[in-house]
Amino acid sequence: MYGFEALWFNIKDGYLDGVVRGHRSGLLTTADYNNLCQCETLDDIKLNLTGTDYGPYLANEPSPLHTTTIVDRCTEKLVDDWNKMRANADEPLGEFMDYCTYGHMIDNVVLIVTGTLHERDVHELLEKCNPLGMFDSIATLAVASSMRELYRLVLVDTPLAPYFSESLSAEDLDEMNIEIMRNTLYKAYLDDFAAFCRRLGGATAEVMGGLLSFEADRRALNITLNSIGTELTRDDRRKLYSNFGLLYPHGHHELAAAEDFDQIRSAMEKCPPYQAIFTKLGFGESQMLDKVLFEEEVRRLCDTFEQQFHYSVFFAYMRLREQEIRNIMWIAECVAQDQKIRINDGIVYLF
Amino acid sequence: MVRRERNRLRVPARAPAVMASQQLLHFGDALSRGQLINWDYLGFLFKQISPYFFACLGTSLAVGLSIAGAAWGIFITGSSLLGAAIRVPRITSKNLISIIFCEAVAIYGVIVAIILSTRLESPFVVRDSQTGLYPIQAMTAGYAIYGSGITTGWSNLVCGLCVGIVGSSAALSDAQNATLFVKILVVEIFGSALGLFGVIIGIIIAGQAKLQGTLPPP
Repeated sequence: MYGFEALWFNIKDGYLDGVVRGHRSGLLTTADYNNLCQCETLDDIKLNLTGTDYGPYLANEPSPLHTTTIVDRCTEKLVDDWNKMRANADEPLGEFMDYCTYGHMIDNVVLIVTGTLHERDVHELLEKCNPLGMFDSIATLAVASSMRELYRLVLVDTPLAPYFSESLSAEDLDEMNIEIMRNTLYKAYLDDFAAFCRRLGGATAEVMGGLLSFEADRRALNITLNSIGTELTRDDRRKLYSNFGLLYPHGHHELAAAEDFDQIRSAMEKCPPYQAIFTKLGFGESQMLDKVLFEEEVRRLCDTFEQQFHYSVFFAYMRLREQEIRNIMWIAECVAQDQKIRINDGIVYLF
Repeated sequence: MVRRERNRLRVPARAPAVMASQQLLHFGDALSRGQLINWDYLGFLFKQISPYFFACLGTSLAVGLSIAGAAWGIFITGSSLLGAAIRVPRITSKNLISIIFCEAVAIYGVIVAIILSTRLESPFVVRDSQTGLYPIQAMTAGYAIYGSGITTGWSNLVCGLCVGIVGSSAALSDAQNATLFVKILVVEIFGSALGLFGVIIGIIIAGQAKLQGTLPPP
């Protein structure tokens, strides 16, 4: 019942709600980023991060540091937080947190399959996988040569199995098919996640509904952008769009028919919230689109903490932490490659 | 209509147990006549219930509902406070105030219950041997104590909830920004004043009531 979560929410989830808000206050602020941007070497970055939540994770790293080491340690912090919270979570919060990680699982599956296609070593690939999206049988993914085998041998035991029913085909795995598979899976996942949040009801359904429809619309936009000029037909493109979101269904019709950036733009601008985003972009600045969308997402994620007694804060914390790790990676790369002039292009400030 | 007249006339004449079974029979009759509520029967029923029943029910609801509200508020505040205190331990001692506010709600209930229970004095009230009814003063006192009890009980239940939810937000926001604590505390104080309104009205309602019989003539 909407508005009455306040009475029941804390029975099971009050403690973790407090914990995740505590973690949120450990996210880096603009002042921290300004300090990081002044760094000259990776050791400086480590020194600057010592005072933050990442301190204990980076403390014992010997010099010389690498960008990947810093990013790995930062990811480890997120994974530790997440696993501790997951271990304490009661149902249905536990299921919700699992749902949050299915996206990483899809990415990992695609990563391994693509890597195997290019004959890379499985162990090397496993190290690159996102630890949040690991499952037991992930190493055996490499043996599959077609999607049907992939499903039958490995994925049938994972939570992703239901999402495969839509995308199952006997075709061989090649670059194009894998990309389509990723997007079909992601579509099914988002639909399922949105339905799950609606079932939870109340403030969770409301806040997650907003976040997920933004996610779905952003994916629709990216699919359209990336499929311009490829052999993907309109109908195929349309099949990859999620069945909800602000663009569903009329915007999807227009996006499916769009042939260039301006047509996409006019399709998106019919939604008032996206109109505001697109007015920030001058004409012809399509490469800035990603950053603007990230900024919008971060703004929405930060807003979820303004409301109490709902699950979206867990999702938001994970996303914000990931964005922060991307920021740190960007700063570290810029410092390592002596490209400090571009350092501000890639940072999405959280607060 | 004729039948109802007859019943009304007959009621005082018989002993209570016999009357009750007869009235129950007529209750079925009333339903078969399409009359959903048999007012005669209800009036009869309430006249037969002892005022001590209502007095004790009111007292127990006053203390029971208040304590349920207080407990509810304490767990809402307490679980958030525990979670938030992991990262910011300084908030624990300050936010104990929220817990104390919730606790006060239980104390209101206990106080009112004690006041109500002192309204029952010896010698005990007995039925009139002629009519089989309780004296009107005793009935009034019973209902007054009952009304006082539920006023206090329900108002303290929602007051406890209100203070608990605000207290939980106070703990979480204090953890993020220490300057917010005092501001939210003001909200919390107004919330806890709600319970006092119930207590005041409860005491006024029960103020006149005295559930006391007269000594039998020697």
